[in-house]
Amino acid sequence: MSRVTVHELWKEYGDQVVLERVNLDIPSGEFCAMVGPSGCGKTTFLRLLLAMERPTRGRILVDGRPLPPEPGPDRGVVFQRYSAYPHLTVLGNVVLGLEFQRAPLLARLFGAARRRAEDEAMAVVDAVGLSHARDKYPAELSGGMQQRLSIAQALVRKPKVLMMDEPFGALDPGTKAQMYELVQGLWRDERMTVFMVTHDLKEGFTLGTRVLAFDKTRHDPDEPGAYGATVTFNLPLDEKAERAEIVARLPALAASDADE
Amino acid sequence: MGRRIINRHPGRGSALFWGALPFLVLVVLYVTFSALRLAENPNDKLLPAFASIADAIGRMALEPDKRSGDVLLWADTAASLSRLGLGLAGATLLGLTGGIAIGLVPYARAGLAPVVAVLSMIPPMAVLPILFIVFGLDELSKVVLIVIGVAPFLIRDLALKVAEIPSELVIKAQTLGASTWQIVTRVVLPQVVPKLADAVRLSLGPAWLFLISAEAIAAQDGLGYRIFLVRRYLAMDVILPYVAWITVLAFLMDWALRRFNRSVFPWLARGAS
Repeated sequence: MSRVTVHELWKEYGDQVVLERVNLDIPSGEFCAMVGPSGCGKTTFLRLLLAMERPTRGRILVDGRPLPPEPGPDRGVVFQRYSAYPHLTVLGNVVLGLEFQRAPLLARLFGAARRRAEDEAMAVVDAVGLSHARDKYPAELSGGMQQRLSIAQALVRKPKVLMMDEPFGALDPGTKAQMYELVQGLWRDERMTVFMVTHDLKEGFTLGTRVLAFDKTRHDPDEPGAYGATVTFNLPLDEKAERAEIVARLPALAASDADE
Repeated sequence: MGRRIINRHPGRGSALFWGALPFLVLVVLYVTFSALRLAENPNDKLLPAFASIADAIGRMALEPDKRSGDVLLWADTAASLSRLGLGLAGATLLGLTGGIAIGLVPYARAGLAPVVAVLSMIPPMAVLPILFIVFGLDELSKVVLIVIGVAPFLIRDLALKVAEIPSELVIKAQTLGASTWQIVTRVVLPQVVPKLADAVRLSLGPAWLFLISAEAIAAQDGLGYRIFLVRRYLAMDVILPYVAWITVLAFLMDWALRRFNRSVFPWLARGAS
């Protein structure tokens, strides 16, 4: 359960307004594709959701609670690149999340605990189709395999919200199609809420159950930084079967909100 | 028309020949001028013949000294290497902790970066008198000179290398629930220790410089001490092999650090993309 509510969100860097008046209510389990031209705050919005940065004004709530002030294991992330640790093998990269969780001091597991963690990690590595490459280092993997690894890494801690910043931007079309299938399958199984930034409108409509378009609504030709972007279209794709399931869960959510 | 010279590569044997050539030239030049000078004055000390150098090596490396009973070359080597080792170890430790703190923790950066930047501008030799006054004339002041001379460079270099770690990797670790300590031990350390080893390789030269200077000024043993002692008798037959020996030691240390990186961090070499 991870409903994300955004209320009157503003983000400014000095004089430059990047985001303004962003209001959203995303039900749990939604796959949000965020589209829009370059430099219109999609990635900034993702960084705010990750709590890499603080909003200038406004609030972000997850399940009715304010967002923690720094990144944590409830919100996973897949970046476009630099996502895997170059000094660890594929399996080591995925086990790392479990080691962080279970070995606070050494961040290393030994013996039976290590074997158990490796089994769990292998299940995720299998799910993204990398089991044949478990002992390879990231530099030995192709771009698509590196993104699979990055996704496996993010999934091993079972985040409630998964954020992806142009995860397939650097991949060739054939690999992209495979990755779409992979991501959709994993999203259905894990029932996460997903936010994905993409340049590619088609990709957004293929994968998402809701498309959020970011753009500027006001322009000041003398001072381009005076107005920020906002969500110009908030488009739930109701014709998709997955979306129906999300909506079906909605009343329960609304009722639990009313109790609070 | 031949190829441009920038596109012509020597083969294996040819590269070996070109690499050995300058050494051969140096040896030939030395032998020629040494013979010329000795023909004029058999007692000339400036360019001793290889035979007298070999004599001196035998005296220094094989026979115990009449006064102290030590075999001087090995006693000097042990004294110098222990000073150098302690100094480099201290500087490396400071470089690692200081560099990671400044590179990773904003408050440490705010508090330490300016003072390290200023301290690194102090010429270490200028504070040597202070070190002699504060730490006395024996071992400690020499070790501290090496630490003071090398640590600021290591700290600043490592802080840069830590800051160069893509922020994505640090954020990702946080989304996997890592604490600051866990990020240091599992993400930062493995990635910067190879770079620290490279930085230490680069500071071997300065470290030797500080060691020999300190030994020249105040010591009872050590490679630098010996060179400056026998200078009084123009004993080139001792100075030359000592310099060669110091060069060999420095080269071996450099080689060992390079080997360390390659054997401890196999991922550095794999799939270079």
